[in-house]
Amino acid sequence: MKRLATATVAAVMAAAPVMADLVFPSLSYRTGAYAANGIPFADGYADYFTLLNERDGGIGGVMTRLLECETGYNTEKGVECYEATKGEGSLVYQPLSTGITYQLIPKATADGIPMHTMGYGRTSAANGKVFSNVFNYPANYWNGASLVVNHLLDINGGDIKGKTLALVYHNSAYGKEPIPTLEALAAKHGFNLSLLAVDHPGQEQKSQWLQIRRERPDYVTMWGWGVMNQVAIQEAANIRFPMENFIGVWWSGSENDVLPAGDAADGYKHITFHNLGDDYPIFDDVAKYVVDAGKAAGAGDQVGTVLYNRGFYAAMLAAEAVRKAQEIHGVADITPAMMRDGMEALEITEARMTELGMPGFGPSFAVSCENHGGPGTGAVAQWDASAKKWSLISDFSSPDMSVIQPLIDADSAAFAAENNITGGCN
Amino acid sequence: MFPDQFLFGVEVLLNGLMAGVLYALVALGFVLIFKASGIFNYAQGVMALFAALTLVGIMDGQVPFSHLINALFGTDVHHFGWHVPAFAAILLAMAVMVGLAWMVQHFIFRHLVGQEPIILFMATIGLAYFMEGFGDMMWGSDIKKLDVGIPQGGSFWIEEATAFLGGSNFYGFFIDQLDIVAAVVAVVLVILLVSFAQYTKQGRAMRAVADDHQAALSVGISLSFIWVLVWSLAGFVALVAGIMWGAKSGVQFSLSLIALKALPVLMLGGFTSIPGAIVGGLIVGVGEKLFEFLIGAPFLGGATENWFAYMLALVFLVFRPQGLFGEKIIERV
Repeated sequence: MKRLATATVAAVMAAAPVMADLVFPSLSYRTGAYAANGIPFADGYADYFTLLNERDGGIGGVMTRLLECETGYNTEKGVECYEATKGEGSLVYQPLSTGITYQLIPKATADGIPMHTMGYGRTSAANGKVFSNVFNYPANYWNGASLVVNHLLDINGGDIKGKTLALVYHNSAYGKEPIPTLEALAAKHGFNLSLLAVDHPGQEQKSQWLQIRRERPDYVTMWGWGVMNQVAIQEAANIRFPMENFIGVWWSGSENDVLPAGDAADGYKHITFHNLGDDYPIFDDVAKYVVDAGKAAGAGDQVGTVLYNRGFYAAMLAAEAVRKAQEIHGVADITPAMMRDGMEALEITEARMTELGMPGFGPSFAVSCENHGGPGTGAVAQWDASAKKWSLISDFSSPDMSVIQPLIDADSAAFAAENNITGGCN
Repeated sequence: MFPDQFLFGVEVLLNGLMAGVLYALVALGFVLIFKASGIFNYAQGVMALFAALTLVGIMDGQVPFSHLINALFGTDVHHFGWHVPAFAAILLAMAVMVGLAWMVQHFIFRHLVGQEPIILFMATIGLAYFMEGFGDMMWGSDIKKLDVGIPQGGSFWIEEATAFLGGSNFYGFFIDQLDIVAAVVAVVLVILLVSFAQYTKQGRAMRAVADDHQAALSVGISLSFIWVLVWSLAGFVALVAGIMWGAKSGVQFSLSLIALKALPVLMLGGFTSIPGAIVGGLIVGVGEKLFEFLIGAPFLGGATENWFAYMLALVFLVFRPQGLFGEKIIERV
């Protein structure tokens, strides 16, 4: 009997390659204080892979398999999820938390698994010569900070000398990320920067908004997450701060952030690195093959929301990297190392986006060993409270890389020195 | 005219008092249960969340467990299609909280009578996580707007009436109208709770149980009834706290974290005193806001309120472990 069992296990294991699939771990958070934001992203991420399976039979003939693991937006749980799923052939990790990202950078690099930290994580990972396995295209926090300042330049005729910008930020590694960039930009453009830290979770911000009321900055920008965003927008409305002068980064700009404040949130802005809404041909396919077929990850009511679109876009970029890896290595069933190669050689063109049914959804860009960060482009979106809708009020534009690139080089060089990384590109 | 910096300090002090009232509203629920049963209710923050979720769900006519129902039966139901007025919804939400109190007593604490305090505390941790999951399943985890008609935003009247006190940089005192309502509600709540405990039969029975539950049992007081009553009152306080905090940020799962704001208040005011919760809340609110204004923001980079509140509470704890108004702990050998 024992022999029979052993033989069965051996047979199953031998047969495993035949059933191979492309594994995408999803370190999601559907519970806890940040669930309202975690759910739409996770749904978008899952629905894209479901669409590929249902409509196309996977990618390159190989089915995709999503491995969802609940982190609760908790760093320790995120690391546990990584350890529990990496042995399953996971191709790429999207940690969905800057804290988890920092913990996983050395682990994933040692394990040869790539990470994609789109719009979050360690900004200097854009330097692929040092961070071989970490990618943060198409935009990072420092791009976001520069895009906020670009917007202020745009609406002030290119001169913001003497103006004051207040940064209201989550008092964490995430919230502190834009400070060096904003300080450098303040020095370059001659504006004053005021820093206001908000402790986790950000439910109580009276001190910070009283300070803003006293100091009367011309503009406020926000690096917040979860309840901090909703409270900040409400407090801004309470002190009658002009909402059109309040600009959040992309993690402070979902429907969740503005709806609780009702009409008072009208005019609030945020920077985004991808497009918004559900007016894209691919969403017809999502309706047909995923939602109507009862295969949606959630209730199917999040399609087109900011965070759903972001998860969907992240999955699309991962799938395109798989196609590139399949093309480079000539095999359909790729390994994590091949996935890394695919990500480093990824090229997104508008023609390809149109072919995918997502014209204008995100920027055209090419990744390289030197640049894992993409173009860093972004646009400004504004909330219309009566229509309950975000609309882009600017074109996508480029950040000020003359300020950002030296910061990336310095920070990545410091990381390389600390970790004895020689790095470089072939 | 006064110097602007002085007036700003007064403004911070006033807002600290208002914030303290909101902390005290959360702390009151802890005090009620601890006083009557010796249980430190870890689930008090989640009760506020659950109460607020239930209130919004009822007001919006949301079908409870709709995701579960739709998944099981392939239906697509989400709303009943009606909206319940705020006052009626508050009464219905209170009825749900009374039902919850009965279930908590009937299914958990009835079986744990006489157990060590740490066991009871652990049970409340389990209850907190269960309620969080149950609330998620029942009402969903999306952020909900709560509008029961409480005005929000700075009071124009106060701003205009006080603007003359300072120079051109002083715009009058900012006081959020929601905070004013919260303060009035808190005062009324404390008067009601103290009156109930002092002047009603059930209130006196509650106090008897708090003093010595075995002696109370021996004179015919139903322990089970009193505990259901106490958990119901804590549920009512949780509902009030949930409304006030939920109106500020929308009703969402981080609402349960407001309990963190109540702990230093309890350490300061004592776990067994209703006035202590109020005074403790006011001291914490004023202390943390003034510290942030005078030292935190100018010299320490800000965000000092959370740790300062706990540090303040620790200082009190060292010199007066039972809190300002707590009963003195005397143990004789």
